[in-house]
Amino acid sequence: MALASPAAVAIAVPARRPAQRSPYPTWFFLPAAIIYAVLFLVPTLASLFFSLTRWTLFNWTFIGLDNFVQFFREPFLVQGLINTLIYAALTSGLKVVLGLLLAVFLTSEIMARDFLRSVIFFPVLVSTVGVGITFTVLMHPTTGAINETLALFGIKGPGWLTDPRLALISVALVDVWKGLGLATVIYIAGIVSIPQDFYEAAKIDGANAFQRFWNVTLPLARPATITVVILSLIGGLRSFDLIWSMTRGGPGFTSDVLASVIYKQYQAGFYGLSTAGNVVLFILVAIIIVPVSIFLNRKERTP
Amino acid sequence: MPIHTTRRLLLGAVAGLALSLTAMGPVFAQDPVTLSFLIDNGAQTIPVAQKLAAAFEAQNPGIKIDVESRPGGTEGDNLIKTRLATGEMTDIFLYNSGSLFQAINPQQNLVDLTDEPYEANVLDSFKKVVSSDGRVYGVPIQTAMGGGVLYNKKIYADLGLSVPKTWAEFMANNAKIKAAGKTAVIQTFKDTWTSQLFVLGDFYNVQAAEPDFAEKYTANQAKFATSPAAVKGFQHQEDVLKGGYLNADYGAATYEDGLRMLSAGEGAHYPMLTFAIAALQQNYPDNLKDIGFFALPGDDAAKNGLTAWMPAGLFIPKTSEHQEEAKKFLAFVASTAGCDIQTEAVGVTGPYLVKGCALPADAPPSVTDLLPYFEKADGNAPALEFVSPIKGPALEQITVEVGSGIRPPADGAALYDEDVRKQAQQLGLPGW
Amino acid sequence: MRITRRHGLGLLAILVSVVIFIVPFVFILLTALKDKKEASLRAFSWPTSFHFWDNLIQVIQARDYMLLTAFVNSAILTVASVTLLVVLGAMVGFVLQRRPSAWTPIANFLILAGLIIPPAVVPTIWVLQGVGLFKTLHGMILIEVAYGLSFTVLLFRAFVATIPRELDEAATIDGAGPLKLFFLIILPLLKPVVVTVIVVQSVAIFNDFTNPLYYLPGKQNVTVQLTLYNFQSMFDTSYNLLFMNILLITIPPLIVFLFFNRQIVAGMTAGAVKG
Repeated sequence: MALASPAAVAIAVPARRPAQRSPYPTWFFLPAAIIYAVLFLVPTLASLFFSLTRWTLFNWTFIGLDNFVQFFREPFLVQGLINTLIYAALTSGLKVVLGLLLAVFLTSEIMARDFLRSVIFFPVLVSTVGVGITFTVLMHPTTGAINETLALFGIKGPGWLTDPRLALISVALVDVWKGLGLATVIYIAGIVSIPQDFYEAAKIDGANAFQRFWNVTLPLARPATITVVILSLIGGLRSFDLIWSMTRGGPGFTSDVLASVIYKQYQAGFYGLSTAGNVVLFILVAIIIVPVSIFLNRKERTP
Repeated sequence: MPIHTTRRLLLGAVAGLALSLTAMGPVFAQDPVTLSFLIDNGAQTIPVAQKLAAAFEAQNPGIKIDVESRPGGTEGDNLIKTRLATGEMTDIFLYNSGSLFQAINPQQNLVDLTDEPYEANVLDSFKKVVSSDGRVYGVPIQTAMGGGVLYNKKIYADLGLSVPKTWAEFMANNAKIKAAGKTAVIQTFKDTWTSQLFVLGDFYNVQAAEPDFAEKYTANQAKFATSPAAVKGFQHQEDVLKGGYLNADYGAATYEDGLRMLSAGEGAHYPMLTFAIAALQQNYPDNLKDIGFFALPGDDAAKNGLTAWMPAGLFIPKTSEHQEEAKKFLAFVASTAGCDIQTEAVGVTGPYLVKGCALPADAPPSVTDLLPYFEKADGNAPALEFVSPIKGPALEQITVEVGSGIRPPADGAALYDEDVRKQAQQLGLPGW
Repeated sequence: MRITRRHGLGLLAILVSVVIFIVPFVFILLTALKDKKEASLRAFSWPTSFHFWDNLIQVIQARDYMLLTAFVNSAILTVASVTLLVVLGAMVGFVLQRRPSAWTPIANFLILAGLIIPPAVVPTIWVLQGVGLFKTLHGMILIEVAYGLSFTVLLFRAFVATIPRELDEAATIDGAGPLKLFFLIILPLLKPVVVTVIVVQSVAIFNDFTNPLYYLPGKQNVTVQLTLYNFQSMFDTSYNLLFMNILLITIPPLIVFLFFNRQIVAGMTAGAVKG
């Protein structure tokens, strides 16, 4: 936070003549661009080459597009694709809706507001391994706390993670549990930066709480919405950690998503094939994200 | 960049020269050499490695050993390959023998140990699974294992059952155990690797029926789906599921749950590798005497035998700067003194693969049940992964599906054949 | 009437959030108190006997006090990378939003690529070896910066849009150069996002598991998440120690968060753009 403090930075700022140059110099990109190019772009481009090879890490053979052919022949690719879309839609939808509602709730005058903000953010702090293990236990079909609680009400709980129809959705719900705090924080930051004047004006116009939410908060929290949608959609589309630690794509292959199909190729030592899979995943995510992002940004300027 | 590279190269050359000069000069005993030693994080591997390192350090004051642990399973495979490919491997590392060993390009990456005097102590059966093109690259650590059924002897005694020699007898026992209100077969699909035993552990029976299966399978001429003997492993999974013999929570139970159920007598059979005996010793020492072992039975009682697994090996990468010291450590591990220290660390779990290593007389019944298979001439056959370089990576998911009734056995076998094809192509084997 | 309703709602919210968000933590805590055998049952139950000290000492002493080394490493890694990320990311986000040019679509594409494409491990190691940064904390810091940039830039760009351009113009007319404008005017106004980025990225980097596993091998380089492997393996997991470890490595971010919670909330409101 010292970074934001003007005093700390002032020393570093040389006194400059008012320049005719743009106040937005291109060299601001430079340090970030160098780090990004050297440590991310170069290796990624190198790996693109390897997607055209059969690569054991020790040596490689050029095989053209065979890896892509093989990847599309993967028996669980279609299932994985459908699962990926379901997962991404479910998690980002819930994060947007619940995140916004919670943020509105937590920026209003309620008791224990700080406590609740902290509590909702706690899961973000725990490592995915910890969350995965914990929920695997809570969702155990016979001895898990969730089903034991349901049993008190005479309901026989399902096998959350062992029923092929439920496993994916169960993991998605845990993903929401873990990621909701982040979406809420972004929304809170967006909502508190809305000038109070707008609310005052709306009040004077006789708008009720819902109208104020609909006509002021929602449109003005747009940057936050864009951020949450894009991040959670991308996160959902390439989601992997939690699925891997809770079901490993199982039972069998039933909760496999694209990222876990790719990871399995990587784990099996099919390095060229998994790189090809990453290229496919990148194209898929780009196909979905680019239009969404253009659509959301188009209206960015209108208040 | 080019300037940097040149300077680095120059520096490297100077350093190399300096190193080779010191190597030629007298060895100073007061300069301790530190060997880095990479092991997996198995609960038994860590104490074994640490005790071996401590004992070795006591005998060789000039050498220190730094034990570093890594994840197991496929995550560990990747780490090993990455570190070998980037020249960053430790001086000594522990890794699987058999098909996984073949996948790390031994000739390119590992120090050839064929002519080391201590390899004379290592049994040929192990040398075979750490060899490539007739050269030997490793020494064994820990003991040989069997893949079969750990069973609760108390339940067997209470119900008057005897060890089954055929699959039909096994199923008959299961029916009686179920009737007595116990879980007949424990399955633990949360840890997916445990689901493979019915298929992998059946290989002795496959080989008994089709002696050239491994060879033909490697050459793309035999398939799991089309070989009547090989498809049986998948079929057996369906048999025990349809019979209603599994524990209710088989989909969510873990390996540890399995061991607990077996020890507590909640379940009678747990298909498993015998290395689980060490875990039983550690976690359920009081119940150890109740646990026995038998090989997975086939169709013919006359041809009953064990599918055997070889232990992991210790290897030295070519990039190690302390190869002489590392070899000294390997020599120590491949000696009777090395075996004794391992027994001291985790107890006895099976026969060692070093000549002259004796087992203590008070071995648990599961181990004494295991030994006859190794002592009899035709008593065991190595698992498929030790006689063929191909093991499909998705087997554990497929066996979970077949074992949970999501996929019929024949489908599962066919799917596995597809998986195997990918692996064979990756290895660049002829005929694929 | 109004007050009771508000209180009722608040109480209900507290109750629900406690059940949904706190119960799993209680489970972690309870398991960390049990002995190995009881913990391996992974039941949601009160421990039959308490082993807090035993477990704590075992976890801390494991592998020559590895956890302590790990805390030091992770702390350095987190602070350094987050500092770089905030400064560099805000600079990029600022110029990117303010000055659309022919490069903007390319930059947008690269940001997206950085969010989507998983890193290529082996070529990255080659690069790190080439520049002599493999197995060093410096290299690891730069890796975390490279991987975290996309997210950070995206966040900053979105919020720079809420700062009126008139402010820049006024400052420029007053004679502020780009650095002064950015560090003295814009960055303070971005405080809510800066706080968000700090919180989110430090959690992500502190909890990062895969990257240190590959780029920072060696016992002296261990980071906190890697210590989980001491107690969790494919074959035999000591759940009591594992959860004690999870607890111990979750507490520092928790304390930092609780400690800064007021500042975070304050920071978020202070940065609100008036008018």
